[in-house]
Amino acid sequence: MTTVTEAGPAAPAGPAHPLDQRRPLGDRSFQILALACGLLVLVILVLIAVSTSQQASSWFTTEGWGIFKNNWNPAANTYGALAFIYGTAITAIIALIMAVPVSVGIALLLTEVVPYRWSRPIVYVVDLLAVVPSVVWGLWGILVFAPWLNTIYAHIGSAVTGIWVLGPLFGPPTSGASFFTCGIILAFMITPIVTSLSREVIATVPAIDKEGAYALGATRLEMIRGAVWPHSQGGVVGAVLLGMGRAMGETIAAALVIGSSPAITSHLFAPGYNMPAVIANEFGEAFGLQRAALMGIGVLLFVITIIVNVIARGVVERSARRKRGT
Amino acid sequence: MAAVTGQQNVDLREPKGWRRTSNRIVTVLMVLAFVLVIIPLGFVLVTVVAKGISIISVTFLTSQIPPNVAPADVGGIWPAILGTLEIVGLATLMAVPLGILGAIYLNEYGGRGPLGVLIGFMSDVMTGVPSIIMGLFIFSIWVLHFGYSGFAGALALGCLMLPIVIRSTYEMLRLVPNSLREGSYALGATKARVTLTVVLPAAIGGIVSGALLAVARAAGETAPLIFTILGGLTLATNPNVFSGATTALPLLIFSNASSPYVGAQARGWGAALTLIVICFVLMIAARLVTARFARYSR
Repeated sequence: MTTVTEAGPAAPAGPAHPLDQRRPLGDRSFQILALACGLLVLVILVLIAVSTSQQASSWFTTEGWGIFKNNWNPAANTYGALAFIYGTAITAIIALIMAVPVSVGIALLLTEVVPYRWSRPIVYVVDLLAVVPSVVWGLWGILVFAPWLNTIYAHIGSAVTGIWVLGPLFGPPTSGASFFTCGIILAFMITPIVTSLSREVIATVPAIDKEGAYALGATRLEMIRGAVWPHSQGGVVGAVLLGMGRAMGETIAAALVIGSSPAITSHLFAPGYNMPAVIANEFGEAFGLQRAALMGIGVLLFVITIIVNVIARGVVERSARRKRGT
Repeated sequence: MAAVTGQQNVDLREPKGWRRTSNRIVTVLMVLAFVLVIIPLGFVLVTVVAKGISIISVTFLTSQIPPNVAPADVGGIWPAILGTLEIVGLATLMAVPLGILGAIYLNEYGGRGPLGVLIGFMSDVMTGVPSIIMGLFIFSIWVLHFGYSGFAGALALGCLMLPIVIRSTYEMLRLVPNSLREGSYALGATKARVTLTVVLPAAIGGIVSGALLAVARAAGETAPLIFTILGGLTLATNPNVFSGATTALPLLIFSNASSPYVGAQARGWGAALTLIVICFVLMIAARLVTARFARYSR
């Protein structure tokens, strides 16, 4: 709360003018109200960290570094979360591998290829993906998409059995609800945000750079490689990181399609589990140490996503500033 | 200069060979990327509409939720619709005014100072905090002490909406030209008055449309509600939003999606179509508001 007192004198914006002393009470109280609402963001973030860690403290003290073991077993009262961390990483990676090329492709399509009057409808369509609620993706994923995918998985699985690298990754046994299905659904869900952020970054590339490249006889691809990419690299990395944060925290769709089996396996077509899904699925029936453990997984998830988001925003802002500066 | 003196033949025709091919391949890939997005979107929408439309009727929308074993033609989803409207409405009442005031602080008061920069940055970061965390947070500070209620759900959704409203309102306030503010100051208006009667009305279209998008986002959220309103297990209508467990559309879909009963799954599809329609209506409303009222836009 020290920040509040520090902010007091600095808060009135603009040059201090001589009438400042006589500002009416209503004016000042409005300013304080606005400041309080701004501070609310910081207060909520701090409260999230404090209250959830408090609820999770018994997990951290009981398990110690055991929280990173792979032994989640409520029956035996052991709660190591490694399988969920692994699942979160795997599904996020699968989602990014699929969503990033598509998103950057659409962003380039919008900014460099199609005329302006076409870009609007394309943006609307991509944004529609974000409007479909997470739980609807999950419902469709588990009842329609996963059974359909499983037949494909089975074909792929039998085709790659015994082949080096491919066998352990895509071989049998397969299941419709799996890491891979979850990764695909997450990819659908993060595509809109990665697309819109990349598009914003790519749109800031100065026209003179692009025209210069064209004037030198570059093809569109060469122009993108030479003029657009160096300029927007940093921002696109930031957009990808933000998409990764989303993919790691996305809960309900994952809870429905990941298969709910805390296993560390290289089989991408096998059922798994990730951090948000286990919290959503087990919290209702959890008490005591298990509830603390689920809270603790929430704390880990919060810390990871905060770090990812801070880095991502930092990268985006720095690349934006560098562009404005030069 | 060289062009005047030397008689060099500059080839101005389209590039040939690999340069042309690679360029075409990349353009095709970009279009393909967009097609890859349309396919799942169309797949989802067609499935939800096809499966949902057959069960949706006036009785379905206004009847109580039956037990999961009930066949598809029994009961409906009214308690969930009521719960969603109550919870999202309450969350909007909390998050939108607070968010607008927060954005006013960022743009009109402290935006350039270190505290303003910190708040702006952290509200951006907060948009990336997973919604499930908001649920756990409200569970720890509210539900443990006061029990499950629609209000707790509204608090969680409010936390989710707050940074989104701040961000969208801030972007809109930034577009209001300074000359408007200066003109009002010159007439002797106080800063609060200028903000409330000149700046806000000038940006109102964008603010409303941003708020509607935040509402659409919150309406579809399930994760924060699991820990705060205890839906799924509750089937009866609970009109009191301030006490007692209640349910909401996303939660109903969530619990029915993992149910083995055909009737429950059918009701899940009906609820999904209802929810998608609500979200789409909010999004279209946002676009219309932007088109109609946006005086200053990017």
